Amino acid sequence: MIITEQKPMEEVLEMLKPFEKVFIIGCGTCSTVCQTGGEEQVKEMTDKLKKERKVITGTVIIETPCDARILRRDTRKLKEDIEKSDAILAMTCGAGVQDIVEHLGKTTVPGLNTKFLGQIERIGEFYERCRACGECILYETGGICPIVRCPKSMLNGPCGGMYDGKCEVGRYQRDCAWVMIYNRLKDLGMLNLYRTIKHPRDNSRLNVQPREIIWTKV
Amino acid sequence: MNEKVFSNLMSQLRSKKFTFTGELEPEKTTDLKKVIEAANKLRGYVVACNVTDNPQSFGYVSSLAASYIVQRDTGMETIYQLTCRDRNRIAIFSDLLGAAALGIENVLALTGDHTTLGDTPQAKPVFDLDSVQLIHMIRRMVDEGADPNGKEIENPPKFHVGGGVNPNAKPLEPELIKLEKKITAGAEFFQTQVVFEIETAKRFLDETRKYNVPILIGIFPLRSYGVAEYFDKTVPGVHVPRDLLEALSKAKDIQDKDKRRAKCNEINFEYFVGFIKEIKNTTQASGCHIMSVGYEEIVPRLVEAVK
Repeated sequence: MIITEQKPMEEVLEMLKPFEKVFIIGCGTCSTVCQTGGEEQVKEMTDKLKKERKVITGTVIIETPCDARILRRDTRKLKEDIEKSDAILAMTCGAGVQDIVEHLGKTTVPGLNTKFLGQIERIGEFYERCRACGECILYETGGICPIVRCPKSMLNGPCGGMYDGKCEVGRYQRDCAWVMIYNRLKDLGMLNLYRTIKHPRDNSRLNVQPREIIWTKV
Repeated sequence: MNEKVFSNLMSQLRSKKFTFTGELEPEKTTDLKKVIEAANKLRGYVVACNVTDNPQSFGYVSSLAASYIVQRDTGMETIYQLTCRDRNRIAIFSDLLGAAALGIENVLALTGDHTTLGDTPQAKPVFDLDSVQLIHMIRRMVDEGADPNGKEIENPPKFHVGGGVNPNAKPLEPELIKLEKKITAGAEFFQTQVVFEIETAKRFLDETRKYNVPILIGIFPLRSYGVAEYFDKTVPGVHVPRDLLEALSKAKDIQDKDKRRAKCNEINFEYFVGFIKEIKNTTQASGCHIMSVGYEEIVPRLVEAVK
């Protein structure tokens, strides 16, 4: 899931300063679970903005605002309310914001900060677990990702900053990813995967231009 | 393993003579006077000196520039420390060619401390490579005369490449497997993290005997009680033995500065002569890496005493 946090109200108000009429879009999936852009948060935001003398021309929770088909379908009936506004406040992740910009053509203000691709332990407890690097090595690392869980994204074992299985970054509060990987592979009887040297990653295939996947017929 | 010998360090390690290396730490300055003075104090007692690369992620004068200037101005052979923290593989490759052009013959390949531990925590941590991959890249440059993509290097560099290893690591096994990987990648010698307890050093050396690779045990003479306390309390896994800590604690109460210093020297002398002799006489270690930044005066006495 995409983990988000609400931006501080002052920042939202600063961005909305030039605009009097605002339409608010929330997200029914990730931002709802994170309690940053669901039904309740959109309602709270509406009240806060009204107190700041903004006119709210309408609100909607789109199930998946990052999906252009759903966004277009679910905003069709609201066209008039959206048109009346000076700007949209998007309480969605960055992908949602950009989908809104592209398909609704309105000035759009992001209400959230997109934090990471994460795992939800319980509400209010979110852990970054994937950096969407594009070359998954989880099989070789016992299902624990060193790209995201090691601050140096090391590929061949722990660094000198490990002690007692903990990582020196953040003052030994968190487990060293490579000790976790070592322990897991040992339990699985797959330490040979750790013993194999992992060569540098091919960055020419990552982080160059925004990635696109377009299916072509075979 | 590479059969050729390019440097005095490697020549001495191959000769099986008990070897000492030292350490120089360039600071936040353009004036390398202090580093040169330190190198001059160590000359004749250590075969080569490491020159640190922005240790603990504090921004200092470049280790490459300092390595070159030390070699030029003092004749002390250097071990150019190179980390992966601040440069991608293009920059590292380029610096290595530059180092060879400037007459550097030894490289210590390290991953590097994390940026957030230093004095510019806002910097982007690079870590395009890790230490194992860096060692491998250097060996390809030397042995195959090839860049990371196999392209030919005209007049390839002649380096010996070493790695770091931490005998205090807990658990130790993942660290030992990493050591194996560094050896497979082509590391020719190792210098260890600081060890104070002889038992820790000996246990580690026992575990690593089978690798048959030169290992220099890292020691750190303790200029004052403050330094000892710092290590003991803030560097996890590094324990200063009680007796040594107490002796230094007593010495700190001596009012007269010269007498206090003399007492500290005595305490260090006694402790480390015993430590080094034990390593030299009872283990396969190739020598000791003496980290004595700011306390070079102790080194000649120590080295002479264990001859």
